[in-house]
Amino acid sequence: MTVNGEQVTRDVEPRLLLVHFLRDDLGLTGTHWGCDTSNCGVCAVWMDGEPVKSCTVLAAMASGHEIRTVEGLEREGQLDPVQEGFIQEHGLQCGFCTPGMMMTARYLLDRNPHPTDEEIREAISGQICRCTGYENIVRAVRWAARHAAAGQAREEVSAP
Amino acid sequence: MTTAEAPPANPVGFGRMTRKEDARFVRGKGTYVDDVVLPGMLHGAVLRSNLAHARIVSMDTSAAEAHPKVKAVITGKTLEGLKLAWMPSLSHDVVPVLATDKVRYQGQEVAFVVAEDRYSARDALELIEVDYEPLPPVMDAREALSPGSAVIRDDIEGKADNHIFDWEAGDRSATDQVFERAEVVVTQDMLYPRVHPAPMETCGAVAHMDKVSGKLTIWCTTQAPHAHRTLYALVAGLPEHKIRVISPDIGGGFGNKVGIYPGYVLAVVGSILTGAPVKWTEDRSENLMSTSFARDYHMHGEIASTRDGRITGLRVKVLADHGAFNNTAQPSKFPAGFFHVFTGSYDLEAAHCEVTGVYTNKAPGGVAYACSFRVTEAVYLVERMVDCLADELGMDPAELRLKNLLRPEQFPYMSKTGWEYDSGDYPRALRLAMDIAGYEQLRAEQERRRRAPAPQGAPAPLMGIGVSFFTETVGAGPRKHMDILGLGMADGAEVRVHPTGKAVVRLSVQTQGQGHETTFAQIVAEQLGIPPEDIEVVHGDTDNTPFGLGTYGSRSTPVSGAAVAVAARRVRDKARLIASAMLEVDPDDLEWEKGRWFVRGNPTSARTIQEIALAAHGPLELPEGVEGHLDAQCVYDPPNLTYPYGAYICVVDVDPGTGVVKVRRFVAVDDCGPRINPMIVEGQVHGGLADGLGMALMQVIAFDTDGNCLGGSFMDYLLPTSMECPSWELGETVTPSPHHPLGCKGVGESATVGSPAAVVNAVMDAIGVRHADMPLTPAQVWRAMQGRPLRTDLALA
Amino acid sequence: MQVPAPVEYERARSVEDALALLERRGPEARLLAGGHSLLPMMKLRLARPQVLIDVNELSDLAYIRVEGGDLRIGAMARHRDLLESPVAWEHFPIMREAETVIADPLVRNRGTVGGSLCQADPNEDLSAVFAALKAQAVIRSTSESRVVSMDQFHQGPYTTAVGPAEMLVELRVPIRPGSGSAYEKVERRVGDWPVGAAGAFLRLDAGRVAEAGIGLAAVGAEHFRVPAAEESLVGEEPVEEAFTEAGRLAAEGCHPVTDQRGPADYKRHLAYELTRRALRRAAARARGEGDQPCR
Repeated sequence: MTVNGEQVTRDVEPRLLLVHFLRDDLGLTGTHWGCDTSNCGVCAVWMDGEPVKSCTVLAAMASGHEIRTVEGLEREGQLDPVQEGFIQEHGLQCGFCTPGMMMTARYLLDRNPHPTDEEIREAISGQICRCTGYENIVRAVRWAARHAAAGQAREEVSAP
Repeated sequence: MTTAEAPPANPVGFGRMTRKEDARFVRGKGTYVDDVVLPGMLHGAVLRSNLAHARIVSMDTSAAEAHPKVKAVITGKTLEGLKLAWMPSLSHDVVPVLATDKVRYQGQEVAFVVAEDRYSARDALELIEVDYEPLPPVMDAREALSPGSAVIRDDIEGKADNHIFDWEAGDRSATDQVFERAEVVVTQDMLYPRVHPAPMETCGAVAHMDKVSGKLTIWCTTQAPHAHRTLYALVAGLPEHKIRVISPDIGGGFGNKVGIYPGYVLAVVGSILTGAPVKWTEDRSENLMSTSFARDYHMHGEIASTRDGRITGLRVKVLADHGAFNNTAQPSKFPAGFFHVFTGSYDLEAAHCEVTGVYTNKAPGGVAYACSFRVTEAVYLVERMVDCLADELGMDPAELRLKNLLRPEQFPYMSKTGWEYDSGDYPRALRLAMDIAGYEQLRAEQERRRRAPAPQGAPAPLMGIGVSFFTETVGAGPRKHMDILGLGMADGAEVRVHPTGKAVVRLSVQTQGQGHETTFAQIVAEQLGIPPEDIEVVHGDTDNTPFGLGTYGSRSTPVSGAAVAVAARRVRDKARLIASAMLEVDPDDLEWEKGRWFVRGNPTSARTIQEIALAAHGPLELPEGVEGHLDAQCVYDPPNLTYPYGAYICVVDVDPGTGVVKVRRFVAVDDCGPRINPMIVEGQVHGGLADGLGMALMQVIAFDTDGNCLGGSFMDYLLPTSMECPSWELGETVTPSPHHPLGCKGVGESATVGSPAAVVNAVMDAIGVRHADMPLTPAQVWRAMQGRPLRTDLALA
Repeated sequence: MQVPAPVEYERARSVEDALALLERRGPEARLLAGGHSLLPMMKLRLARPQVLIDVNELSDLAYIRVEGGDLRIGAMARHRDLLESPVAWEHFPIMREAETVIADPLVRNRGTVGGSLCQADPNEDLSAVFAALKAQAVIRSTSESRVVSMDQFHQGPYTTAVGPAEMLVELRVPIRPGSGSAYEKVERRVGDWPVGAAGAFLRLDAGRVAEAGIGLAAVGAEHFRVPAAEESLVGEEPVEEAFTEAGRLAAEGCHPVTDQRGPADYKRHLAYELTRRALRRAAARARGEGDQPCR
């Protein structure tokens, strides 16, 4: 599979969960786990461009597919606007649910660059946060929507 | 940064600034316990009892030991040999590390497997055979003291019942007299059901006993690393200077991570036996079923008043369900914590409470989940009673409160149960909340809706407005009154300025998301004028931080914040003396403005704190009695607790056909004194409000009469999502605490304390019912409307 | 987190491949589609198959289209696909309404329509939807393909007509003009299983009900339906009295069980109340009235 753009090949037990593969085999500990019953969404990563709960995907199922984790949000040392938005709007406290929230937020904004608050809340409705009461997460996503990548902004300005 | 807007410059001191710790978290580079990997590390897993009450007849671990990847299997017998089968609890009881004679709750630890990887450890659990002889479980706290109930704690010599303690506070006879002559008395039973803090990160530890150096290092999800270290030394007989407890990043604590759980001890034992580091991280069902729950107070409340609504007295009897062992984490002299602050925010003539603690076949705990040591229970009780009284008198609940709230001139106020409230302007906070909410318009809207004709088809929603006013008592606390297992609740802090003018502050408290790396830097910045970016906050490692009792009960800012402020002021005072030597003037001729000492009347003659720091490390001749370098420390013994308070208003719409509750709005006005970082304070409030909504509407750890825990996963222990939570509307008033060096009161638990009553009051207001117990699920609301509310803590067979 | 017991893994490349694997590996094999019913059960070790047959490459089965007068939904259509499908919304708004309240966005990215139906959880919203729509299920083995009604498909809690060497491949719902449908669900919290739920389908002809379907989830209705409630509507005008009578019969004809979600009397009341609400909105849609908003 590819993980954050890099080809990865390993021998694994069929029962190995994708979240454990990422954390324990690849050392990508930015993705966390929080429950046993696929409810909390802390483990969210992208599989083929969509957020999924990596605790409910076998590593074997992900073979041949493309995985992106929080470690892949930053590009060439530049934080993604979603990451910056979480900092600017205090969208995180303990940081445990944050990687998953940001992956889902990035997905939402890629498909819907100007979501309403209701749409933001709906997008993250499968992911639990115990610290923030969600308000600042919504504000963080709004911030990211307002401050789309500088590259994109430059293109928009220079387009005829 | 990717935009044209420049972010505002960080304040040098108090004010809004983004958090320093975020840099690692947004990159997924935090280090939580499960991220810790050591060479040769093994993995542990706990075998737990399926039964709530049973004798252990025999155990066969041979198949597990024969598993090719298993390195050790530890049982109660193994621990008995090490004299570690039982350990002291936080309440002068003992708790088993592994069961020896009996299991006393579903989920209790029975054996521990250490294996090469976590999957093998889990497989090996299935290879252990345990033969149980079931015993009748005691699942109903209300029946725990009935004769004929099985005795749970037969490990205690001579124990013949399930009684733990009786405790009371207040003046019983004065209160009885007030009630006898009262014009109106309202009585109400109410349950604050068992809930669980459920931080997103479960509990865990990595223990490494280094055989060569004899040093034990434990990475652990602990809110109180120093207390843990001392307890390991006392209990396990390990020399304390050879124990290092490291609390790395913690994914939420909320009181769940205060105590020492058997799993931590087992990881230590596993490491000692195998010679390798051992990691144990619990899964979510273990977290919910066996770690410290919260609340479970069955309360019988009575409120006395005049006919025109002046509250004269409050009386309450509490049955406290502590689970199978007494392991509540509160100052040792207070078995019911600070429950006796239940007189709330009102001026009463008399009050009295009695609390009886009992054992049941459930996990131990009780003090957790932002309760401020039972203040959640106390505030819920009084705020519900006030609404029941308003209902009885036909008075508006906000008006009734305004009539009875303590007035500013009454502070400092000695309550009828012995609390000295430090400062507050209560009516102002409530009026502000009413303004923000548009209270008059809301009541007018409610009236209009009530009068409107019924529509065709689905019934119109019922609108409810609920008010809650709370006074917290936090920041434990004065050493002579407050200790946990003999460790006084005073905390240390150290501030050191380096030669080049940067600083480091070492704390005793331990953040789990509250932003200490930023706010404590801001405290030092405020005192010394060094920018927060130039101040490193060190915390969580007992090898390089001063002793303290940790973070819970909203005590970080009131206690450790004070310690840091005092230490920083001592640095400033020392800097004055050094500056006087540098400028060759008398210290009394110097004045301070943030960042520098200058000669009075000659402001260009000055030395900055950075210049002073360099000089302090150099050859400058120092005044008599002044040592070199620029640092100071403080152990802060708080003179009193602090009393943050707030006024909350909740608006709900209830579907009468289904009982579904929608929280439309929630207004929260908080007064925690001056706000070090308003952004962080607001975040704390937001989080606590979500807790209150969750407890009021959906959260409960219930049991059935066979002993099964019905809240052992997130499928049934439901937590609020972004969809149930409204956009919280906040306000503030600022009334400094007169005894705190910064006037700060703490805020971490305020919203969790004050909000459940606001939601419940709103729902009762909507449906016109006197009371129904939390959680107000759709079924419960509908049943309450039928006059047959459910008992929410126990599923009767 | 809890982890599954050891298991073998095979990946099917086509429907034929999957069926051959099922036949070869016998009753100890389980199909793995979205995995959001099976993997959680395996982690809790309540399910312990010997081999998993991963069918996620069977994109041939991931369709939602109109064909032969039916809306046809391939078993591998994800919940998200059904939620977003314009053609499903156009003909059967009940589908989107139900999908909006099934699980959460992340689960819907993986979970499949076929997987949910085959899990046959008595609380499954989609089972109530397809029961209300009187859908048909296409089941294949290596030797044959057969079509069964939803009543025949659902044999009991966690039990379907799909045999150990068979696979559900498609659901078919006949498209009928003059119809409307709607879904109503009560849950303790967003994403939860229903405490009670009702889906309704009505086809009107000359102002009267020509066809009625009522699907109920989580209230112990056999095959997720109460036929007496449906029959009471046929020939009637779609008015409040008729809906109330249907609701009363729905409540009478179900067998709810008291559990953590609620007591039996409340669930029976929900069967009544939600049937009425779903019928009201289905009728409005059948009459072509301005669309009522989804929750």
